[in-house]
Parts: sequence; C-alpha cells; structure tokens
Amino acid sequence: MTLDLPLVFALLMGAAILAYVVLDGYDLGVGMLMPGASAAEQDVMVASIGPFWDANETWLVLGVGILLVAFPAAHGWILGALYLPVAGMLIGLMLRGVAFEFRVKAEGWHRELWNWLFWFGSFVASFAQGFMLGRYLTAFQPGWAYFLFALLVGAALCGGYVLLGATWLVLRTEGELQRRARAWARWGLGWVALGVALVSLATPLVSEAVREKWFAWPRILYMSALPLATLAAWLWVWRSLDRSDGKPFAGTVAIFALAFGGLAYSVFPYVVLGGMTIWQAAAHPSALMVVLVGAAIVLPVLVGYTAFAYRVFRGKVRTERYEH
Amino acid sequence: MTEASEALLLARTQFGLNIAFHILFPAINVALAWFLVYFRVRHLRSGDPQWLATYKLWVRIFALTFAMGVVSGITMSFQFGTNWPGYMLKVGNIAGPLLAYEVLTAFFLEATFLGVMLFGMNRVSPRVHLLATVMVGVGTALSAFWILALNSWMQTPAGHGYDAGQLIAEDWLQVIFNPSFPYRLVHMLLASGLTAAFLVAGLSAWRLLRAPQDAGAARTLRSGAFVAAVLTPLQIVAGDLHGLNTLEHQPAKIAAVEAIWHTQKGVPLVLFAIPDDARRRNDFAIEVPKLASLILRHDAEAELQGLDRFAPEHPPVAPLFFAFRGMVAIGVLMLALAWTAAWCLRRRAAVLPRPLLWGFAAFTFSGWIATLCGWLVTEIGRQPWLVTGILRTAEAAGGVREASLGASLTGYLLVYAVMLLAYMVVITHIAGEGAKA
Repeated sequence: MTLDLPLVFALLMGAAILAYVVLDGYDLGVGMLMPGASAAEQDVMVASIGPFWDANETWLVLGVGILLVAFPAAHGWILGALYLPVAGMLIGLMLRGVAFEFRVKAEGWHRELWNWLFWFGSFVASFAQGFMLGRYLTAFQPGWAYFLFALLVGAALCGGYVLLGATWLVLRTEGELQRRARAWARWGLGWVALGVALVSLATPLVSEAVREKWFAWPRILYMSALPLATLAAWLWVWRSLDRSDGKPFAGTVAIFALAFGGLAYSVFPYVVLGGMTIWQAAAHPSALMVVLVGAAIVLPVLVGYTAFAYRVFRGKVRTERYEH
Repeated sequence: MTEASEALLLARTQFGLNIAFHILFPAINVALAWFLVYFRVRHLRSGDPQWLATYKLWVRIFALTFAMGVVSGITMSFQFGTNWPGYMLKVGNIAGPLLAYEVLTAFFLEATFLGVMLFGMNRVSPRVHLLATVMVGVGTALSAFWILALNSWMQTPAGHGYDAGQLIAEDWLQVIFNPSFPYRLVHMLLASGLTAAFLVAGLSAWRLLRAPQDAGAARTLRSGAFVAAVLTPLQIVAGDLHGLNTLEHQPAKIAAVEAIWHTQKGVPLVLFAIPDDARRRNDFAIEVPKLASLILRHDAEAELQGLDRFAPEHPPVAPLFFAFRGMVAIGVLMLALAWTAAWCLRRRAAVLPRPLLWGFAAFTFSGWIATLCGWLVTEIGRQPWLVTGILRTAEAAGGVREASLGASLTGYLLVYAVMLLAYMVVITHIAGEGAKA
C-alpha cells in the first residue's frame, strides 16, 4: 500500500487550522472582551493569555505553511481571491500582537490607546477570518447575497471566539471577573448557535456537491450524528456554565471541533470548493515526503514542550506582576 | 508603464517593504537572545541582583522586538503566495520544505519557550528558566539557518533536478549547503551580532548620558562595546570572503556593485561616482587605479568581467553601487568606534568620555542600516532573476489586482510606520529609565 500523501497533508492541515482556531480563538476572544472589564481586570485577562499567544499564533503559520508547501496551486488561488480580507486580518493580528507588548509599557492615555488597539486588532482579525470562511465556503462567488453571508459568518465567528475567550476566563480566573465571564459566555453561545445554524443551512444551498453529501439517503441517517453531537455539546456548555470552571471551555472546544469536522466533511476532497481537489493541488511527492519525515520527528517534540508550557502556567492566573 | 509592469512594481514594493521591515527585528533578536543568556548566567553565578535587573530590562526589549518580528513574519507567509504565485508553482518543491522546516523546528520552539522565559521566572527553577532562554536563542538561530538556506539557494541554486517537467530536489544536502550558503549564513549571523551589540551599547550609552552613575548601564555598555570590537573585524573578513564567493557564482552582481561597465584588465576601484544606467557609464568618478583587480583577484593586472558581458540581463547599477558603499562606510565607522571604546575601557573601572557615549547613542540603530544596505545589495543584485537561471521575477508575479495591491500597500505602510516609530520610542524610553533592581 502506498501512502496517500495529499490526504495525509490535508489531515495535517486540518489539524493545524483547528488547533489555531481553538488556541488563538481564545486569545482573540479575550481581546474582544477587554472593553467590558475594569483596568485591573484587563491586566488579569492579558496575563491569562500572555505566555501563550506567540505560540498560538504560530499554528496559523503552520496551517498556511502546509497549504503553501503541500498545495501550492491552491495557496495562490485561495489567498489571491481573499487578498483584501487577508490583508485586513494581518493588520488586525499585527495591531493585536504589538499592542500586547506596548500596553504594559505605556501609561495614561497611551495605555488607553494600546488597549483600544488591542481590542480593535482582535476584532478585525476575528471578523476577517469569519469573512474569509464565508467567502471560501461559497467558492468566492460574486453577488451581494454571498457577501452578506460572509459578513454574517464574520460576525458569528467573532461570537464563537468570544465564547472561547469567556470560557477560557472562567477556567483561568476567579471572583468577580469569573462571574462576569460566565455571563459573557452565554452571550457567545447565542452567536455560536446562530453561526452554526447559518453555515449548516447555507452551505448545502450554495453547493450541490455539499447537499449531495449530507442529504443523500441513507447517509443522512448517520451524518445527522454530527449536528446532534454539536447540539449536545452546546447544551452541555449551557448547563455547566454556572457549576464548573473547566467543563464550559472543554465543551466549547468540542463545539468547535465538531463544527470544523462538519465543514471539513463538506469540503473534502476539494481544497478549492468545486475548483481543485487536494490531489490536483498537491506538490511533488518527493517534497511532501521530506516534510512528512520532518513533521513526524518534530511534531511529537513540539506537542511535548507545548504541554510542558501549559503545565508550567496551569491553575488560576496569579495577579503578581511578571517581568514586564 | 504597462499595467502588468506597474502591478509587478507594486508587488515587489510591497513584498520588499514587508521583508525589509521584518528583517529589522530578527536581526536584533538572533544575537540579543545570547546577550540574555550571558546576563542570566552572570546572575546565576554571582547572585548579584544588578545582573538580574539587567536581564529583566533586556528581556522587555527582547519581548517587544520578538512581537514585532512575529507579526511581520506571519504577513510574509501569506505574501509568498499572493504576491508571487509563480514562485511556489515553479520552485515550491524546494522552497516549501525549507520553509516548513523553519516553522516546525524554529518558530514553535522560540515562541513556546519565550512564554516560559517571559512569565515563568517564579514558576520554574532557575536552571529550567535558563534552559528556556537558551531554547529561545536556539530557535532564533535555527530560523536564520533555514531561511538563509532558502535565500542562498535562490541566489546560487544547487542539488535540484527535473521530474516530468517539475523542479524537484535531488540532493537535499546540496540544496541546503549550496555554494553561497555558508558565507551568507556567517555574514548574517555576524550582522545580527553587530546589530545587537550596537543596540545594547547604544541604549546603555543613552542611559549613561542621563545617569552617569548607573553601574548596570556601564556594564552593558562594556559588554556591547567589546562584542562589537571583536565582531566588526570578523565581519569585514567574512564580508570579503562572501564577496569573492559572489564574484565566482554571480559575477554580474559584483560588476554592478563596483560599477564596472566594461570588461578590462587592471580595473580601478571606484570610490565614488554617479552610475548612469541609461548611458552605461560613471559620471564624476573618483577612482583608485588597479585596486578593484587587486581586491577581487589579488592581482593588480587581473581582468574583471564588466557589465557588457551580461547586458542587458544585469541588475540595476546605481542602487547596488550606493547600498554597498553605505554598508562598507558604516562598517568602517563601527570599527573605529568599537576599537576606540575598547581601548578606553581596557581597564576594569574605566568610563567612556561623553563624546564616545554620544557616538554609541548615535550608532544605536546603525546595524539596521548596514543590514538593510547589505540586503538591498544581495536581493537587487539577483535581478532580473528571482531564482538565478531558473525563474524570472516577472514570471512569478501576478494574480492580484493593482487596486488591491495599492490599497493594502497603503495600509501596511501606515501600520509599519506607526509600529516602527512606537518601537523605537518605547525601547529608548525603557533603556532611558534604566534597570530597576
């Protein structure tokens, strides 16, 4: 049996993008929640993500890197079609990333300005990512209805990241801030319900191929397990929000993983929906093989030291000042 | 200009701007990481709280620099595909794996241990914390290794072949250790060492001008000045060897750098001139007879290939000519400053006179200018090729509309200008406040 390299890389890319969405999702969510907190709480919120955000953002480089390396033809196509939202996302990520460092070193109105840019960057990056998802799922078709759809997905992803950020804060903080985070999480859950419903309804409407994959008899019988599991996770998060510190975040991660799995199932085997399959877009097997060998060696080490870093910073955020 | 060539110019401007902005920060951090290791080790060995305060001060500057590098670097992983779709289609089987190895071996390593280094001092033992600092340094060095392997391969490709019309790697060791790679890697690592050394010395001098009694700043000034005094002459030698390597593999680049229009024997060294690309000659030239032949061939009568051998396929002359001279001029001034300071500081308790402090303060960002000049020489010197002999820059562009390029370029320019200004103001402010024990 020969190894289906494009398939392996499609799975790797999916895993990297899901890791990015969950990990940087909670960073961006916390960023978007900043205006709702007091100055002291803002410091705690930033401290809760401070040790992680650099590495979290690196998953985006890995996801896009795999797209670039394994599916070069699709990289140019997709990112060319999404050029302006990508530029918007990058500028958002830049503002968020540097505001992180600048805000702790600034005082007075400077600090307020960087706080605002931190929020603004987080929001722009999140919204742009949702917008890109919306455009991608409708195969970049022109027309105002498609743009409206992309705008709605953008808003829904912001809500999803807010949910991730809020449940992360429930996990990592205590007292008044934690209580407030629970309320924010309910609000985020509403947006997530809207977003998942919207995407689930719209994607089959837009694409014949997607419709076929989900609703053909008898496939619909076992494929319906996915939306049902998502619903169960949603209800679990809703019920556990007032009782547990860890379950809401775990449940939210499950919602994201299930929704992501559903999208991946819809799109597969295309890398550009209806335009290019993973096998058509794939790089030469020799290049894929050399990367796969490296990934097989490095990824376990990488997961190991990432786990180490999360272990070092486990538990509630300490309010003491760090090196900054 | 035609629409296509205008879009090409915009794509090049945007990518060049981004990469020039990005390189500023790794240029500092690749070496600054090892200054941090040094400060941390000094503290662990002596228990002197002053060294810890010094470490904490420079960690703040490192963290800020790192964030700037990360956010501008992410942008590049997108622009590879959007600005140069033809690049990955043609050489993706080589460029892709090299970039992938950089992400896998370097980016995660440095980013993850950075978190431990910045926030973990009270959560892990001093040894583990030192290890985290070392890992950050290893990560930045690995990153330089992979990206320079790719850059050098684009300059002097080796180890590749074709399979059914697709360009693939036949021998990865030859791809990575291509002819210009060892020279370029050493030259860049030394450039980073000098950029960091002059930054450390410059910001410390700035602090000493405001607070002459600050013992911590005096110590870091000493560290920076001595590192600079050792690395500057090494860099001059490495640069010369890199130049000889370029003469062998990319003679057109050297001909443009030296503004040698005609192939001849006993070529003079042009100290200054205004190269005229249209009329293919130098105006207002000041020359030293036979010196170019002597430097490049170690023989005053040797023949050097002129641009006429490569016309019209050679890089533009004026930018290379001036950028190279800018780099060399800064190198000479660095040497003078560093050696004068090292001489004054040869005794332990010595302090630098104020004019030298002002000199270092003025040279705080001199490494950036020299690095950018060198980068302009090597990248413009590759034109009209993107990958020498394999892919032309014009063939790799395309895809994105001019209006989109223009709009995003404006956005990037604005954000970069604000970020750069804020960065320079903030690190000067941090250093000006001094280390707090």
